Amino acid sequence: MKAGEVLVITSNYAAAYAAKLARVEVISAYPITPQTTVVEKLAEFIEKGELKAKMIRVESEHSAMASCIGASAAGARVFTATSSHGLLYMYEMLWWAAGARLPIVMGVVTRAIAPPWTIWTEHADILSPRDSGWLILFAENAQEVLDMIIQAYRISEDHRILLPVMVGWDAFISSHTAEPVSLPPQNKVDEFLPPPGLHPIKLDVKNPFSHGNLTYPEYYMEFRYLIQRSMEDAKKVIKEVDERYGEITGRRYGGLVETYRCDDAEHVIVTVGAASGDAKEAVDYLKSRGLKVGLCRLRSLRPYPEEEIVKLLEDKESVIVIERDNSMGLGGIIAREIASTVFIYDLPLNFASFIAGLGGREVSSTDVKNMVNIALHKFSRGVSRIKDVWYGLRREVLP
Amino acid sequence: MNSIKIPFAPISKPMEASAGKTGLWRFLRPEIDVQRCIKCGICWMYCPDAVIVLDEEGVPHIDYEYCKGCGICANECPVKAIKMVREEGKP
Repeated sequence: MKAGEVLVITSNYAAAYAAKLARVEVISAYPITPQTTVVEKLAEFIEKGELKAKMIRVESEHSAMASCIGASAAGARVFTATSSHGLLYMYEMLWWAAGARLPIVMGVVTRAIAPPWTIWTEHADILSPRDSGWLILFAENAQEVLDMIIQAYRISEDHRILLPVMVGWDAFISSHTAEPVSLPPQNKVDEFLPPPGLHPIKLDVKNPFSHGNLTYPEYYMEFRYLIQRSMEDAKKVIKEVDERYGEITGRRYGGLVETYRCDDAEHVIVTVGAASGDAKEAVDYLKSRGLKVGLCRLRSLRPYPEEEIVKLLEDKESVIVIERDNSMGLGGIIAREIASTVFIYDLPLNFASFIAGLGGREVSSTDVKNMVNIALHKFSRGVSRIKDVWYGLRREVLP
Repeated sequence: MNSIKIPFAPISKPMEASAGKTGLWRFLRPEIDVQRCIKCGICWMYCPDAVIVLDEEGVPHIDYEYCKGCGICANECPVKAIKMVREEGKP
């Protein structure tokens, strides 16, 4: 293991450095706040001659994904990045990329959806395509954004997987906050990633085929099952890749979930993304006050880490989900997924879920402490199910 | 049901389409007046089904087994060398 250069950069720049280290060959993207600086930095790399890639300028995110699909089908290693409305605009093409089994890596800087117009973080955008066949990974900080994007290429291009991967990070909290990031040396990344173009189903004029022709009901179901099977395989591949990456960089994240001080915990907080840093601080504080609390940060939303969650929660007393999204007419999306695991595996747990930090409202370590205290207080009074508490909702301003 | 093994991704090799020889869908048939043709290749470029092939001299030929008779070639031909003729029940 050889340490590389350390730069003080934002998550957006970390994403651009990751794409450069992965030696992407085609980049196609449309600018949107807060993603813009990812692609700006990549354009700068190309302009300076530091990255040999084709930048396709497009008129929309729908076209951005369409050109990524074309380039990937031709065997190129491709990268794009988007956010919020941009991700929604390419929604149809997302399903196309997954259905055609094309390895594509995309950065998603999570941002709430308008109206009302907003540019701050929320996870409604990245959770929208959760049924599409994309792997959805989520980073906590700039270092992990860099590491996860490099890893995403190896996962996406693995012949057992051949599915596109999106890597998420939070608007502004991550995207525009500079942190020290260690860059692995190029030769180590070259060793870690196979050379691009090894896709087993690559367009070839000498051996022509076409993508996505009409399929009758007698075969469609089998193609969908193959995606589900690869998602199951991805659980194994993500862990293998995390381990292999650890060998070259010394950084291992724990695979599909990161657990923080869970060994002696009775109560487990579940979070996604940047707020997990504040939640870890809350865990440290609560632990110092004698409360047996730990944290489970979901690094992979798809595949959903069911086995890890069962293993983690089976001997615990309670689970407290804190999430930055809401499925209108249902409630917290992550909470519903954890609740389904609790039900299917018959885990005897107290359960609480909180909706917090929508549209970029801060989720501080104090907020996490408050939510844990609310949950534990209710549990101690015999209430074992608390669902969808809109934490910090300003009822006084409601009509 | 058919038990042909499927590939990993939903791709298909060139073969007779599942809908059969789509030339049967045609009710207007493009006919090329080779005397008038200037060999510009525009019909070949525009054909959405790629059923026009150019021979060594650049003269276009139409594969009537798959031409659906959409008429784009006739519409685009700059010298009006392609005429759409009503099919008389012959394939």
